[in-house]
Amino acid sequence: MFNHLLSLLIWLPVAGAIPVLLAGSARPNTARWLALIVAVLTLAASLLLLVQYHPDAGGMQLSESYLWIASWGVHYSLAVDGISVALIVMTTFVGILVIVGAWEVIQDRPHQYMAAMLMLEGLLIGVFCATDALLFYALFEAILIPMFILIGIWGGPRRVYATLKFFIYTFFGSVFMLIALLYLYQKAGTFDMATLAALPLTMKEQTWIFFAFLIAFAIKVPMVPVHTWLPDAHVEAPTGGSVVLAAVMLKVGTYGMLRFILPITPDAGAHFAWLVIGLSLVAVVYIGYVALVQEDMKKLVAYSSVAHMGFVTLGIFIAFMLVREQGNTDMAQLGMQGAMVQMISHGFVSGAMFTCIGVLYDRLHSRQIKDYGGVINVMPWFGFFYVLFAMANSGLPGTSGFVGEFMVIMASFSANPWIALFAAFTLIIGAAYTLWLVKRVLWGDITNPHVADMKEINGRETFVLVAFAAAVLALGIWPQPLVHLMNTSVSQLVQQLAIHKI
Amino acid sequence: MPTFNDILIMAPEFYLVAAACVLLLADAFMTPEQRPQLHWISIVVLLVAGCLVIAGQPAQAVTAFGGMFVRDNVAEILKVFALGTTALVMVYARPYLIDLKLLIGEFYTLMIFAVIGIMLLVSAGNLVTVYLGLELLSLSSYALVALNRDAKLPSEAAIKYFVLGALASGMLLYGMSMVYGASGMGGTPSLDLASLHHVMAYTTAPKLLLFGLVFMLVGIGFKLGAAPFHMWIPDVYQGAPTPVTTFIASGSKLAAFGMAYRLLDAGMGDLSHQWQLMLAVLAVASLAIGNLVAIVQTNLKRMLAYSTISHMGYLLLGLAAAGPEGYAAAMFYAISYALMSVAAFGVILALARKGFECEEISDLKGLNQTSPWMAFLMLLAMFSLAGVPPLFGFWAKVLVLEAAIHADMLWLAVVGVVFAIIGLYYYLHVIKVMYFDKPAEGSVLQAKPDVTLRVMLSLNALSLLALGLYWGPLLGWCRRAFGL
Repeated sequence: MFNHLLSLLIWLPVAGAIPVLLAGSARPNTARWLALIVAVLTLAASLLLLVQYHPDAGGMQLSESYLWIASWGVHYSLAVDGISVALIVMTTFVGILVIVGAWEVIQDRPHQYMAAMLMLEGLLIGVFCATDALLFYALFEAILIPMFILIGIWGGPRRVYATLKFFIYTFFGSVFMLIALLYLYQKAGTFDMATLAALPLTMKEQTWIFFAFLIAFAIKVPMVPVHTWLPDAHVEAPTGGSVVLAAVMLKVGTYGMLRFILPITPDAGAHFAWLVIGLSLVAVVYIGYVALVQEDMKKLVAYSSVAHMGFVTLGIFIAFMLVREQGNTDMAQLGMQGAMVQMISHGFVSGAMFTCIGVLYDRLHSRQIKDYGGVINVMPWFGFFYVLFAMANSGLPGTSGFVGEFMVIMASFSANPWIALFAAFTLIIGAAYTLWLVKRVLWGDITNPHVADMKEINGRETFVLVAFAAAVLALGIWPQPLVHLMNTSVSQLVQQLAIHKI
Repeated sequence: MPTFNDILIMAPEFYLVAAACVLLLADAFMTPEQRPQLHWISIVVLLVAGCLVIAGQPAQAVTAFGGMFVRDNVAEILKVFALGTTALVMVYARPYLIDLKLLIGEFYTLMIFAVIGIMLLVSAGNLVTVYLGLELLSLSSYALVALNRDAKLPSEAAIKYFVLGALASGMLLYGMSMVYGASGMGGTPSLDLASLHHVMAYTTAPKLLLFGLVFMLVGIGFKLGAAPFHMWIPDVYQGAPTPVTTFIASGSKLAAFGMAYRLLDAGMGDLSHQWQLMLAVLAVASLAIGNLVAIVQTNLKRMLAYSTISHMGYLLLGLAAAGPEGYAAAMFYAISYALMSVAAFGVILALARKGFECEEISDLKGLNQTSPWMAFLMLLAMFSLAGVPPLFGFWAKVLVLEAAIHADMLWLAVVGVVFAIIGLYYYLHVIKVMYFDKPAEGSVLQAKPDVTLRVMLSLNALSLLALGLYWGPLLGWCRRAFGL
């Protein structure tokens, strides 16, 4: 069994969704408990993965490979490096929390909700460990199906618009990637990602392929100017959907960049690094300002997600600039490392922020900031967690939010101080929009009489928030294990950046 | 004189003709109480024919009647799937036909004759066989469309189908005569597809040959339902009784692919650089018209009709690649399309009941709440038609796109994916109606209690998922059939 650990991680939640679905609407509690059991087992399996993986050895580990489609040489092949392991553990961790978080909240067809969540979790894990490009693509697209259903059935009033926009937008991006992959298959005769990485390509080919990949992943991240689906999807999605979307699904975009753009089109990537860096800075600065003026809490956090993900893309492409223009691999490694830490950290922080908003929404059924005010008076414990996550969101030292951003800013400073200057803006704008949100929601007098009736968080909600808080603080105070887990993999990625393929 | 071996090669076809005649006679002597038995007898007849096809599978291509009839792996695969989908159509049709009091012998005999037409068409080795098979299939289909002869819409559809079909047959025949003429100029005139292959090399009238090719392409385009020869599709799909629509959307498409392959590759293979671009134009037109017009449809059958047009556009991407790779991809596509459309129409048939056709998209409102399993099966069919992984339809699209790129037609592949995005919308719309909308007041959407229907429909739709997860063997067969 142990040499099929990755398959187990993918198929356990996917297969587990079937009995959950079969429990039917007549037995909602059976469905809930079954889903929880499956999610816990998946987390256990992912912890086993953490133990089995050797961070210092580097490379792709725990690989399994079977011939899937003989006449095309497509393999069902899975393997992980440190980055994948970190993302998988985060996925399974968040997976449990969304199931617990939805426990009583989802009353309408909970069995279908839980099953869709499990299916989504399994497919996301699959994306993080696929090493065959066609398998990756199939999983990358298949994620859309459960998410489409989640937003469409359990979402807010404009859910149909939001979910169609989400589906068509992301589908739009990825079909061009499919064309690029098929083109690469013509050249290489395989979809194996390691072989594709070694394939020499002319600058012209690389440029086209680079943009095909970029549009697919930029929409997923999402980067400015293709981020417009995200606020809609987040606002309309049910809490659990928002959490998975922000915490895990956005990472698929940046993960794809690491796995495809970086090794397959390094020269085009380096040539167009300025473009991606520019867009990332626009995301950090401009979207930060956009977040500031939002009146809907979920929209505010959605925009702050775009800004934070801008740091991840900045970190990845600043590494291109450092390696190719200055040969500074140490700093490049720092930038890349920072991007990875930011990915994980944003997963926990944004997940926690959306959970908090979900808690408020369940009580008042409003996401408008102006409907709140003085919540701390009736929900002091909730206020404590909310402030903590807000601090993490604005990058306060001691929380996970600080570590990644600091590393990326350091790296950008050695690339170009101007880039660092704009990137560092986030510390001001991020603090402004998050703290102002806290001020308007938590502090002050109770102006809305309904706020006075709000009940303190119950045991279930406390559990979810404590789990998120533990993760945020642990990464903030002691990021070393995470950095160590990914260190060798990141330095291997950075070494790849230096290889010219023309 | 036909030898015994010739008859042996054509055994499945001879058997089916005999069986159809027996059924026709039996129908005349049956009492109304006995008549429903025809249903099971016909299905058994089709399954036995399938067994005969598989059992008599030759190791390599063999011909009978002096090259009139070719039995190779391409024909075998298409025949097996045509017989299988037709049997499925019969299973799905039964409760519907009972409701409409149409469970009559004509339906079954005409279906079997149409299948014989398909089998001749995909095995044709000669222009005459192509025409014979095509007419047998078409005439049976016209009659099937008009099966419910007292209703207005089906009669209208049948007449439209017949008039346009006759026109297309005429075009095809005219083209064939030109090709025949061209083959006689500078050589011996021939109707044999294998010898027509080299006409271009010697003919003194190459222009006549090209004209003939163009007219034959019109006939092929009509049978496929590719734009701009698609006019009949929406009206016939909407007007015909749903079981007949299902048949036209499945078995008939396999036949159309077989006909295109026989005429273009076996017959006009030397002119491939000429027809490649023509097919590419047909493909782009079909993708554009099919996908764009489908968006505004409110009738589910009509929407699926436009979706057929767009799917034929994808199939043409594979054919336009003009090589074994492309043909294998196109055949894979035809098979996948047949399975998907049978499943989608199967759900409509399962939900329809007396006085309620369930053919408006809005009729499916809230299906997930009244009948979650049917909604799930329809969801599989829709995502598969839209080409979303991991479903079967996605891989079929990937294969034809790859074939187009392989044939240096990257632009065509890009057009293909752009229209896939546009097409996505109307499939998602059906899912939206089923899953996100509330059921209409007093809606009692329930699948029919027919057990065979439910089991086979479930298997059919789940096969879209299963084949999506593991499509290697099917692709292997398709590729081997074309010598890859």
